Amino acid sequence: MAKITLSNLRHSYYPDPKGPDDYALKMIDLDWNDGGAYALLGPSGCGKSTLLNIISGLLVPSEGRILFDDKDVTELAPTERNIAQVFQFPVIYDTMSVRDNLAFPLRNRGVDETMVARRVAEIAEMLEVTDILDRKAAALSPDNKQKVSMGRGLVRENVNVVMFDEPLTVIDPHLKWKLRSKLKELHQRVRATMIYVTHDQTEALTFADQVVVMQDGEIVQIGTPVELFERPAHTFVGHFIGSPGMNILPCETQGGAAMFRGKQVALEGEIVPGDGTRTEIGVRPEFVTLAESGIEAVVRKISDVGRHIVVETLIGEDRVAAIVKENAPEKGETVHLNFRPDRTRLYRDGWLATTAGEAAQ
Amino acid sequence: MKTVNQRAWFLVLPVLFLVAFNALIPMMTVVNYSVQETFGDNLFFWEGLGWYEQILTSDRFHAALGRQFLFTGLILVIEVPLGIIIALSMPRQGFWVPVCLVLMALPMLIPWNVVGAMWNIFTLPDIGLLGYFLNHTLGINYDMTQDPLAAWITIITMDVWHWTSLVVLLAYAGLVSIPDAYYQAAKIDGASNWAVFRFIQLPKMKNVLTIAILLRFMDSFNIYTEPFVLTGGGPGNSTTLLSIDLVKMALGQFDLGPAAAMSLIYFAITLGVSWLFYTLMTKDDLN
Repeated sequence: MAKITLSNLRHSYYPDPKGPDDYALKMIDLDWNDGGAYALLGPSGCGKSTLLNIISGLLVPSEGRILFDDKDVTELAPTERNIAQVFQFPVIYDTMSVRDNLAFPLRNRGVDETMVARRVAEIAEMLEVTDILDRKAAALSPDNKQKVSMGRGLVRENVNVVMFDEPLTVIDPHLKWKLRSKLKELHQRVRATMIYVTHDQTEALTFADQVVVMQDGEIVQIGTPVELFERPAHTFVGHFIGSPGMNILPCETQGGAAMFRGKQVALEGEIVPGDGTRTEIGVRPEFVTLAESGIEAVVRKISDVGRHIVVETLIGEDRVAAIVKENAPEKGETVHLNFRPDRTRLYRDGWLATTAGEAAQ
Repeated sequence: MKTVNQRAWFLVLPVLFLVAFNALIPMMTVVNYSVQETFGDNLFFWEGLGWYEQILTSDRFHAALGRQFLFTGLILVIEVPLGIIIALSMPRQGFWVPVCLVLMALPMLIPWNVVGAMWNIFTLPDIGLLGYFLNHTLGINYDMTQDPLAAWITIITMDVWHWTSLVVLLAYAGLVSIPDAYYQAAKIDGASNWAVFRFIQLPKMKNVLTIAILLRFMDSFNIYTEPFVLTGGGPGNSTTLLSIDLVKMALGQFDLGPAAAMSLIYFAITLGVSWLFYTLMTKDDLN
């Protein structure tokens, strides 16, 4: 158990990186609190697996340090860090039984056999694999195999952190949900720090207390699922989280007001002064309403997703999605859109540039 | 209800012809010889199982069979572990991979009788590179035409040189197919190098190694050309393996009946051992 600190971390897979583009991780400064459930969310290739491998010690970063509590572990091998990692594809030792698989990390460390038996029984009970302990691991179904690899990660006591690298990729959809809630339950029972890497927002938002969103080797936002949804710090977060993602509309600023196609758009608060060339308005489809008057738009497509209806419209060439409960307009119809002011924000060069208004608090 | 269409059997005909002309008919002529005595002029006399009894009880056959198992056993014991060790130490990526693969494949591309001739000349005591070096530089008395031990060492070394690559290439193919995650998981689980070999690499190589051992068993058990060119079965009968003995009997002495019986016994042993080995190795996969 430990607090994990990443300080000034940079990593490049090239021996001699030239520019920022050569870095898989650009500059990471991050604290993971002891016992937290974290998700590391981002699209494929954003550097999240690299970051994970640096924490586990499979990779040594080009620059920067990793601290477990106050101990510098940057150069330590994975075994010396006392961490656990579960991989995308279940890693099991084919020739061993489930029991021996679970006992393997303990036996390698010379743990006493009575202690091994006790821990294996505990973990097997937690993962509900007690009845298959004597089966050969090679013959298990993918979800049971993944449970066994999770079990190997959890079997050691006092691991500093358990990391999951997209562990549900090969699991059938109906079992994904089960395993995900199992993981959440496990976290509450063992209270170890857990980091869950995924590109699936549902997995991240259901598992984690804190979600770290990454893009192009950088952290764009850290926050609770609600914060990420309500107040994205970057248009990427707005777009990546939510279904459909946030509407992003190019706009201009004039004297402290946002102008979209010549009309002023009310924002949540003051525009933060700063330089930047590209300004955009961001508003989630959940906060776009159809009304009698407002910005004129043409309905392009209607999708009924069950719980609500997604109305895709065009304002000139800009696409805006709105979510309505009922009374959806027809395709091709002209509608008027209203943006809820306390949920409408200005982004400058991608980053949030409005102060939180009173209404938002 | 579906009507049964028996005409589908015609689709099997090509294979039936192929197997018949390729294996069954030639083998039946051997079966025919094995139960008869012939004195030429196409005269045959019924012998029953007499030849089989004679072969199975003959000291000459026992000796050749013993030498054959010794040879096959020795080359398997050397080539399989050696092949695995070489495969483990080969690079996994980069410039040296194709270089290693081509170097490994080279011995296997040389025709078998050329291999025999090469090693024959290579080991000649007075003019061969190795023979001269051993005899005249190191002063070791080495002459495989005189000394059975030297002859054995030479044919074993030759086979190891010729065929270890097969094990290497198959084992290497098995090794490169192991995903990195297995090695990473093993590191995190605190596994020693031996444990990584024993619980990851060896199990993942099991299928290819089964094939490698099976191929090496069959090829070495039936080996003829290389030892024939190298030692001709000598000195004395010390390197007369089953196939060399069989050819001596069939073509040297023209004892067609006993030779046919011996061929079939020889074939049955090869088939039996291969079947037994394969069944044992794949037994676990079925459960």
